[in-house]
Amino acid sequence: MGFRRLFPWLGVSLFLGLFFFYPLARILWLGLNPASLANLDLSSLRFTFYVLRFTFYQALLSTLLTLLIGLPAATLFARFDLRGKSMLRLLTAIPFMLPTVVVAAGFNALLGPRGWINLGLMQLFGLESPPIVFVYTLWAILLAHVFYNTTIVIRVVGNALAHLDPRLEQAARLLGADARRAFWRVTLPLLRPPILAAALLVFLFDFTSFGVILLLGGPRFATLEVEIYIQAIQIFDLPLAAVLSLIQLLCTLAFSVLYSRIVTHMTVATAPRAAASNLRRARGWREKLFVGGMIALLLALFLLPMASLPLRSVARLESARGERAAVSYGLTTDYYAELFVNRLGSLFYVPPFEALANSLIYAAVTVVLSLALGFPVASALARPGRLERLLDPFLMLPLGASAVTLGLGFIITFNKPLLTGHGSLITSPLLVPLAHTIIALPFVIRSLQPALASIPDRLRQAAASLGASPRRVWFTVDWPIVARATLAAAIFAFTVSLGEFGATSLVSRPEYPTLPIAIYRFLSQPGGLNYGQAMAMATILMGVTGLGILLIERFRLPGAGEF
Amino acid sequence: MLQLLDISKDYENKPLLRGISFAVAANETVCLLGASGSGKSTLLRIIAGLEPPEQGTIRWEGQDLASVPAHLRNFGLVFQDYALFPHLSVFENIAFGLKMQNLPRPEIRQRVQEAMKQVNLSGFERRRVTELSGGEQQRVALARALAPRPRLLMFDEPLGALDRALRDHLLDELRGILHATRIPAIYVTHDQEEAFAIADRVLLLHEGMIVRDGSPSEVWNEPHSAWEARFLGLGNVIEGVVRFQVGKACPELVEGLKVETPAGFFELDCGHTHQAGEKVNLLLRPSGVRLAADGNLRGVVADVVFHQDQFKVTLENGLYFYLPEAPHVGEEIRLCVLQSGIQCLANDDFIGLGC
Repeated sequence: MGFRRLFPWLGVSLFLGLFFFYPLARILWLGLNPASLANLDLSSLRFTFYVLRFTFYQALLSTLLTLLIGLPAATLFARFDLRGKSMLRLLTAIPFMLPTVVVAAGFNALLGPRGWINLGLMQLFGLESPPIVFVYTLWAILLAHVFYNTTIVIRVVGNALAHLDPRLEQAARLLGADARRAFWRVTLPLLRPPILAAALLVFLFDFTSFGVILLLGGPRFATLEVEIYIQAIQIFDLPLAAVLSLIQLLCTLAFSVLYSRIVTHMTVATAPRAAASNLRRARGWREKLFVGGMIALLLALFLLPMASLPLRSVARLESARGERAAVSYGLTTDYYAELFVNRLGSLFYVPPFEALANSLIYAAVTVVLSLALGFPVASALARPGRLERLLDPFLMLPLGASAVTLGLGFIITFNKPLLTGHGSLITSPLLVPLAHTIIALPFVIRSLQPALASIPDRLRQAAASLGASPRRVWFTVDWPIVARATLAAAIFAFTVSLGEFGATSLVSRPEYPTLPIAIYRFLSQPGGLNYGQAMAMATILMGVTGLGILLIERFRLPGAGEF
Repeated sequence: MLQLLDISKDYENKPLLRGISFAVAANETVCLLGASGSGKSTLLRIIAGLEPPEQGTIRWEGQDLASVPAHLRNFGLVFQDYALFPHLSVFENIAFGLKMQNLPRPEIRQRVQEAMKQVNLSGFERRRVTELSGGEQQRVALARALAPRPRLLMFDEPLGALDRALRDHLLDELRGILHATRIPAIYVTHDQEEAFAIADRVLLLHEGMIVRDGSPSEVWNEPHSAWEARFLGLGNVIEGVVRFQVGKACPELVEGLKVETPAGFFELDCGHTHQAGEKVNLLLRPSGVRLAADGNLRGVVADVVFHQDQFKVTLENGLYFYLPEAPHVGEEIRLCVLQSGIQCLANDDFIGLGC
């Protein structure tokens, strides 16, 4: 094993070591050292217990609700043949990649006090105040989680159901089981592992949810993630934040182990058959009612929040401040025009336009950094030896740590100068793209690696035997495939960085906010104008992210980059 | 017992089954033989109640089954690739049908043991079905179908996935079990050897219709059409023209035929009358042929393959015969084809009329 094999790992090892493993070790030290453990009194223990309990409680409720919608939806996609199915499927999949601030803004535009439904009802019945209280309730948290994670159930359970051998159910019928008994005795037991796997994955995402709780749950609700943020940013109790982080990491680790055990179990149980043969049109009124009802429900759940956001950003629906009588309605571009103005004139409140510029710059830096670090490693992993197989899991570890934990690690580690004589990194705006790179890197590697591995040596040899020089071989054989994959990876990194909220909310400087941070600030401010600007910014973010998702779908190799 | 009347079924707007009618008598094994895609499996699924026919009736001892759902018909079906429940043990798989009948536990245990003994699987109770070999899985599938004591057993290409030797062995066992239990059975296959080995009666399915219904020996000895002879692999099918028979009073209508083919002139005795100049198909059986200098068939040897205790000799005109000794490739030979080895077949467009 010479230097040539180690070389591609040099950059990544240094980077992950310094900006991931070292901060993680600092959290570990801070959380476990005797001084901070002694600092934990009964009240903070009780407090930790309450936070942990609520984290579990909301994750459990969210998971159950997600299954309640996701299982019938999976049945719809796996068993029925309907027009526009792929569009509907894409619609349910988009939320998974949308930034949390966009989702929060979307639900706000639909169900918030200034949202379409409340304003509509107020207008219709002449009410003084919004009749539906949605934002800052548990329901808002649950609904947003369902919105995010239903696609996981549809994919995991739907795939299993589509590939389930239909003859197993028929065999049960011929052995004397009626439709209900055949379902309970055969279909359901066979689907148990995929349902469990999907539920656990959904639970994991709900358990580590941050933006949704902070933005839609409001100050009344705190999960571990939110509490780490509050302790670190508002109360400055870093040791307690570190303890919470460790609890969080342990839970995540336990769920991940459980999940991978279920997944390895899962492959045994189902007999793969051609999925197409299971599809059929709805027959009879019961099935037609089911199919129609599910389509309506999915459209309402997924289309309404995403559609009301851009519509709300160009609609004036309320009176100007202080003029109760003169309500003006109509289309407006005011909210977008205001993005260039710094109304508050404060040092920490920059015009929203600058936040967008910051975000774009951070995203560009993230793309360059993660490609520069990821490409050599992905190339090495495409032809894995012992070294590669050994190091591969370490590259994926950042996926397991939450963004808030990463942010906390950055705060703890970089609040003092790294090298004497230099300023501490914490004041540098560079910290944000560094955090984003840590988060984007596993995705970048995982989308580059299969593309690079997919180029068989025989192709190169064939080109060479036909008289192509090594340089021409690379340009004719490698480049077309590598270019597509690199583009997809770059867009991926860009989108991740643009929407990232968890780590950014801890490490970004107030004077250099990103777009999500600005949206969060404006959403928590009173006033119609602030609200409108939040809508406008979230619409821009949604547009850019949506474009990114579509481009990734186009450039992605089939089968690569699945979760 | 089972009676099908005029069953028709479309598949993707094309007729798959057209007016199928047949009956299965008590303890009779009927074999549905047809090429893949001929609709035999669909016919089984219709009988089982898994799919409705577009037209026609199915009766069991006179009772119309149209309103009886699959789970109340008490018909057993052994699926292609078995469709065993992967989440259940061997015992639980076999006990499934008995549990659906809500039998008491001891009886279930006893009946499962019985079924396992029938298929030589005793001692496999606790095993997972995913750990079993193909042949063992096949036995579990059979035991699972047998245990609830069905009124009718159906087999959908049950041996398709197994190797030759195991197939022959299981086929013998299956025949023994069917005779012992006296359950009427419908056996679907595309393999004619399998069909002839297991069936009391063979039904040939072609283009959605039953073109032949007879005992294995009838079907083997008296093929009706060129398609039948080809599909069953009975021998060489060649086209020829009826010629005058010298010495007959009326040369236009001939009974003892003389037929001219590209391979030579053949004389045969056909029970029917033919017009001189009429085109006919002849079946030349490949065995019972000998080399003879004055033989009525001549050809150049293209290929010689050792086949069991004989040689399969293929001629350049595509005909093949089994000979006790091997001629050289490229040699021109003359063969004596006996009258008993030649049959006259109907054209494919006259299926069912006979010769």
